[in-house]
Amino acid sequence: MMRKRTKFGRNALNVFAGLGLVYLFAPIFFIVAFSFNKPNGNFNIAWQSFTFDNWLHPFAEESLTRALWKSMEIAAVSTLISTILGSLIAVALSRYTFKGSGGINLFLVLPLTTPEIVLGSSLATLFLGQNFIDFGMTTIIIAHVMFQVSFVALTVRARIRGFDWTLEQAAQDLGASPLRTFMKVTFPLILPGILAAGLLAFALSIDDFIITFFNSGPVQTFPLQIYGASRVRIPPQINVLASIILFLSVAILMTGTIAGMRKSAEGQVAARKFKLLQRK
Amino acid sequence: MTETVVRRNRIVRNADRVGMAAMIIASICLVALGSRWVSGPLVAVVVLILLLVLGGVLGLAFTGGPEARRLLAPYGLLKPGMLWLALFFLAPVWSLLRISLSTKESRFSVKYDFNWAFQNYATAFQDFGKQFEHAFVYAAIATVLTILIGYPLAYVIAFRGGKYKNILLGLVVIPFFTSYLIRTIAWSTILADRGFVVRAMNAVGLADVFEWLNIMDNGKLLNTPAAVIGGLTYNFLPFMLLPIYVSLEKIDVNLVNAAGDLYSSATRAFRKVVFPLSIPGVFAGTLLTFIPAAGDFVNAQFLGNPNTTMIGNSIQDQFLKQNNYPVASAMAAVLMVSIATLVLLYTRIFGTEDLA
Repeated sequence: MMRKRTKFGRNALNVFAGLGLVYLFAPIFFIVAFSFNKPNGNFNIAWQSFTFDNWLHPFAEESLTRALWKSMEIAAVSTLISTILGSLIAVALSRYTFKGSGGINLFLVLPLTTPEIVLGSSLATLFLGQNFIDFGMTTIIIAHVMFQVSFVALTVRARIRGFDWTLEQAAQDLGASPLRTFMKVTFPLILPGILAAGLLAFALSIDDFIITFFNSGPVQTFPLQIYGASRVRIPPQINVLASIILFLSVAILMTGTIAGMRKSAEGQVAARKFKLLQRK
Repeated sequence: MTETVVRRNRIVRNADRVGMAAMIIASICLVALGSRWVSGPLVAVVVLILLLVLGGVLGLAFTGGPEARRLLAPYGLLKPGMLWLALFFLAPVWSLLRISLSTKESRFSVKYDFNWAFQNYATAFQDFGKQFEHAFVYAAIATVLTILIGYPLAYVIAFRGGKYKNILLGLVVIPFFTSYLIRTIAWSTILADRGFVVRAMNAVGLADVFEWLNIMDNGKLLNTPAAVIGGLTYNFLPFMLLPIYVSLEKIDVNLVNAAGDLYSSATRAFRKVVFPLSIPGVFAGTLLTFIPAAGDFVNAQFLGNPNTTMIGNSIQDQFLKQNNYPVASAMAAVLMVSIATLVLLYTRIFGTEDLA
């Protein structure tokens, strides 16, 4: 009796989790399906008929394509800057023990615990009524770097937490100069963490809407373009481009996951061999 | 001669203090300059202090030898990022607070005078009290819903995923690789009045139940408070799920087995062992969900109606459309301060050591 009930509970939980996944994918299914729709009128919101037209002409909506490239450009520049600044902070925090590191840790979390609308509007008040920078590309990039830095610093710090810094001393004992030590030992070892953080920062920049909305001036990024157009027209190209971005990210994620699985499998094999050796 | 050497040595030994002081002073200078806290000839003085401080640290690094360089290194690495945050995060917040206490010369001017204009805050509370209430109530309900949906999902992945763990986790994250706005617009189409969901509900008679539960309003699913809360729940679910997953994943399965060996039932083992150990994840997830949800205006805009606007909608409207910067800033300041207070209280009550 007891066993039966737990089994029922077990299955119920699995079914619930399955439903949860369905819920998560509902709008995604909708977005991809409607990229094959031939809309009647300006709004691609009611199913009419199946067509490949949109996929054959993904860049037919010129303003949308231009906005997407603009977003890529902004994301590339801001990611480059924020990855450098954030990684330096992460290295400082995990490599050295110094006065005030607790305060720095707390300070890094602050931008993450401030609502985006406050970050966006306050940055806009900084840019208002000064004559050095006009609202546009520069202000968007500054805004993106501002919120990316904390993410990068925290991600890189988490990834290099267990890093063995005595390797640096070993290299220097063997006669390597500090620069050579960094290039040949430190940098290759912390690079995976930096790359992961950079990917995250890029994704955050491409998708940011609220902060960008306040600091964009005349520049249209991909989310801003969709927002502006959504009241007038929703062309199926939005769905096509969204699907392309989705599939690309899935591909990147999958290569990462598979590589990770292979690595952990290798690790397990190595551990098993090691144990066998120990037993001998 | 010896006296200068002694003094030099003392500076070199305390190079870390010098580095930290330089960083703090430079940050304060940037905040003062960026927020236009200082004006006129004072600007030149502050710029001079900034340059002197940064130059001084550089000089110490070059002349102080390896000992000073080692002590200065962490601050040198921190400085670029920290000064960026000082100028583009701290200075803006300071300038927001200043503008929230200023009055504009006229409706269309961009000039404003700082004169302790507390009436902006009175206006914010009087005219937009309803929006504050919506923001906090909707965000709170959405946070509870993300726990109810996210916890079981994270639990199944962490404890029953087996070798498919990573793939399942990937599946959970994939939906969020599409743009936030596109997802929300997709929901507005799914829930539309003559859409599939509403028709299906009418067909099976669920509509009456939903109507009774106040989820539907006169046969409409879209443009209701429930739709806004649903959108918030959906869009911020990963921020709840991932921290919970991380804390569940860390739990040693042997602990659960030990509870079973000691004749604890599965529910009791969960209540006494698994759940307490997962509280840090729920804690972090709650912050990561509630904070952005309370400031959001996209869901209320696409899924709500004029009576469900949240404070984010009002800030955006007052700031960008009405150009009423003082009142918009006052609202943003109130939102920021109230969220900071809530976070502090929450941390005091449920706080754990590791936030990130």
